[in-house]
Amino acid sequence: MNRQITKLAVASLILLTALIVATTYWQTWASAGLAEKQDNAIQRVAQFRIKRGLIRAADGTILATNVRRKVDGQTLYYRRYPTGRLFANLVGYSTQVRARAGLEQSENAYLTSSNANLSTIFNRTLDKIKGVTITGNDLILSVRPSVQRLAMQQLAGKCGAAVVMNPKTGKVYALASQPTYDPNLVESHFNLIKATNAPCHPAAPLLNRATDGLFTPGSSFKVVTATAALDSHKFTPNSIFEDPGYCIEYGKRVSNAGNPDQNGPEAFGTVTLAEGLQHSINSVFCNVGKAIGAGLILDYAKKFGFYNDPPIETPADEKVPSGLYNGGRLFFPSHPSTQVDPGRLAFGQERLGVTPLQMAMVASTVANGGVEMEPQVLNRVVDSGGHTILRVDPQKLGRVMSPQTASEVNSMMVAAVNNGTGGAAAIPGISVAGKTGTAETGTSGINTTWFICFAPADHPQVAVAVTLENQTGFAATTAAPIAKQLMQAVLSPRSKK
Amino acid sequence: MSLRNRELLNLVVVGALTALGFASVYIARQSVVSTASLSYAAFFLALYLVAHLVARYAVPYADPYLLPMAALLTAVGLTEIYRIRPGDAFRQGVWIIIAVAVFAGTLWALRRDYRRLESYKYLFGLTAIGLLVLPALPGLGTTVNGARLWIHFGSLQFQPGEIAKLCLIVFLAGYLREKREVLAQGRLKDFGPLLVIWGGAMLVLVETNDLGSALLYFGIFLAMLYVATGRLLFTGIGIVLFLAGSYFVYTRVAHVHERVTIWLHPWTDHKVYCALDGKLELRQDCGSFQLVKSLYSVANGGFGGTGLGKGTFETAQGHPLIPYLNTDFIYSALAQELGLIGISALLLLFMLFALRGMRIALLADDGFSKLAAAGLTFGFALQTFIIVGGILRIIPLTGITLPFVSYGGSSVVANFVLLAGLLLISNRANAPRQA
Repeated sequence: MNRQITKLAVASLILLTALIVATTYWQTWASAGLAEKQDNAIQRVAQFRIKRGLIRAADGTILATNVRRKVDGQTLYYRRYPTGRLFANLVGYSTQVRARAGLEQSENAYLTSSNANLSTIFNRTLDKIKGVTITGNDLILSVRPSVQRLAMQQLAGKCGAAVVMNPKTGKVYALASQPTYDPNLVESHFNLIKATNAPCHPAAPLLNRATDGLFTPGSSFKVVTATAALDSHKFTPNSIFEDPGYCIEYGKRVSNAGNPDQNGPEAFGTVTLAEGLQHSINSVFCNVGKAIGAGLILDYAKKFGFYNDPPIETPADEKVPSGLYNGGRLFFPSHPSTQVDPGRLAFGQERLGVTPLQMAMVASTVANGGVEMEPQVLNRVVDSGGHTILRVDPQKLGRVMSPQTASEVNSMMVAAVNNGTGGAAAIPGISVAGKTGTAETGTSGINTTWFICFAPADHPQVAVAVTLENQTGFAATTAAPIAKQLMQAVLSPRSKK
Repeated sequence: MSLRNRELLNLVVVGALTALGFASVYIARQSVVSTASLSYAAFFLALYLVAHLVARYAVPYADPYLLPMAALLTAVGLTEIYRIRPGDAFRQGVWIIIAVAVFAGTLWALRRDYRRLESYKYLFGLTAIGLLVLPALPGLGTTVNGARLWIHFGSLQFQPGEIAKLCLIVFLAGYLREKREVLAQGRLKDFGPLLVIWGGAMLVLVETNDLGSALLYFGIFLAMLYVATGRLLFTGIGIVLFLAGSYFVYTRVAHVHERVTIWLHPWTDHKVYCALDGKLELRQDCGSFQLVKSLYSVANGGFGGTGLGKGTFETAQGHPLIPYLNTDFIYSALAQELGLIGISALLLLFMLFALRGMRIALLADDGFSKLAAAGLTFGFALQTFIIVGGILRIIPLTGITLPFVSYGGSSVVANFVLLAGLLLISNRANAPRQA
């Protein structure tokens, strides 16, 4: 029987060896992947022994810090957010009871210094050996508290979002979303957050509307259509249109009267494309759409970054791509000519859903001569020794349109502010380029209003997108004044620190 | 050095290791070195010295490494149980005392010739089935974690399946020794009693939902049949039958189907129907909750581990993060605190134990002893594989204890009886021939 027993011994060894191999797999190869899982409560709790890195605004204001607490003989570090609601949707939270959110989630590797940076690994290993608390890396953001505070004040009591960024670098100055929540309440008073009241349903205070909210762009989308029309050389700003007050599509009239954004008479008669944008005339854009086709408009939208998550540092599950949505799902038509209504697409209705960040990127691209910059909120990562281990440099996403097209659209948007629908955004002494958007929501009298703009038009330093939900007024009276103040906050030397 | 002195020396080393383990848990938890930790270790060492003295008298020629290895495994288990829930460690300590007493008793009773057990093989076979049926009896059995495996007398709970396993091995060893030649020729009639008793055991296990034990019994049966007959064909047929049976059960029994689904797809991106609360949930929040949380624990250990006493098992508010940490999932707790280095050392210890056991089977000079030693050892190795392999997602997870390490009285007692059996066989094999 000894031959069989030997074989059985080998079999036993193989079984037990398999256990060592599998343990090795889970503890080395797979361990990073498991640590990333959202339901990994062990990681969440274990990381409370790590002194997470601070999160600071561009001027040094602390947005997230730690409070030390002794629990069961162990020192734990709880998160504290000194600025409360101000940056809640951007910074997010890190708690034991709920999965992380915001930059606390997406930049967790730096904040817990579990990233692969050599100096970080060295410091962390040293701390571990010495038995010292592991300290995370600090994040220095590009956001400016003064601009953000103004944005949050202006949006207070409403449902909406505002994005303020530098069109030349892509650095984000403010990323505001209302209603919001106090991140200090997430750990133990989450019911208070759930009970948030707002003039929209659901109130969704945890939703970052700037990157994760989808809104019908309305006439603000005309900037995209105009770019497509001019850059494809199918039209020039001086192309002539006849506006009888409506446009005929599929044998039916699409009336200008349905556009609450338009100013001036219902029927303008003979106008140029530039005047069409200036006064936001739907029939002009309806005809542009019919002429160049939905496919071309969508191709340009794609060049602007539609159909992709906006490349900002917030977590992937807190941003959505802009584009056509069909039954709640992103939809790129395989045959645009038959699947999409080109006229209504051209003036931003159809089934479009866009994020405020995406529209800020559209305005920035026009401002930056047709080159789109990657939107960034992170400036630097600093290790516990004070050394900068990562500097986030401006990144070009690519050229969307020719410099000539950009300059033409720029001028048309300046006209819209100087002598058109966007007058409320005009700043004395500075030339402002802007475009209003007042989108129908399906409920009559209730609109989503937009304003996208940049200034100064000849050497832009700031680009803004403002979105407001459930408005009874028009873009010109609701969104444009807010955008104006936000531009001023960046341009006036007072707020530059 | 004589065999027993070698055993004594090893036990002293184990005692020192135990003291270190307890001390490090103490330091990590309370930031002080307490004499309580040392008293635990001292008590532990004293207990094993008693076991050693009994062995010195009853089985002087037995393998000197098995007892220290078992001591080390129980010490590791006890340290970790103490770290997870100090109250349980006390109860486990009491169970280890009982187990050592049973161990000593077994050695004492069978010190002259254990082989007379062979004559009672059918009695052992029937006892095994009887023990397995006990929990199914109304008023006596208790359902724990979906399986009805426990019997209770007042506040005392006992899992008779652990002892039944040993009885079944004795039956198989006896029966196979007697019939191995005719079985090897494949005469169906001789398979009768074998299939009746073994089939009965399997039926009871499947009926009580104890799938881990069913797999264990099946593996032991096939291994012993192979050792006895040398016919791989039988093992092959057995495996084919097992797979066919498993598939049948998989398609028919929802409980089994669920286990396999959890094993194959523990994480889902979309919400799926959750049988536990009847709502739509991600599977990692529902059926595969235990498996997934335990894997997180293993992964959190990494290469070097968090250190004894420094693992994360509960939230700051004291809510447990991993279910059944003391019993079924003690491996995930150890893996987190000891890391890959420590847990591999522990697995090597299991390997060494298995190899020593197989060596005893090789050295034994009669069929019954060989079969019994091989069966006991393979059962030990396979049981380790079933629970740890389940935790590591090599096979579907079934609740079963980790030998010597898990919290649980019946398991510890049964494993010490197994140890006694191996020592008795080894003693006989190594003893100088008396003419």
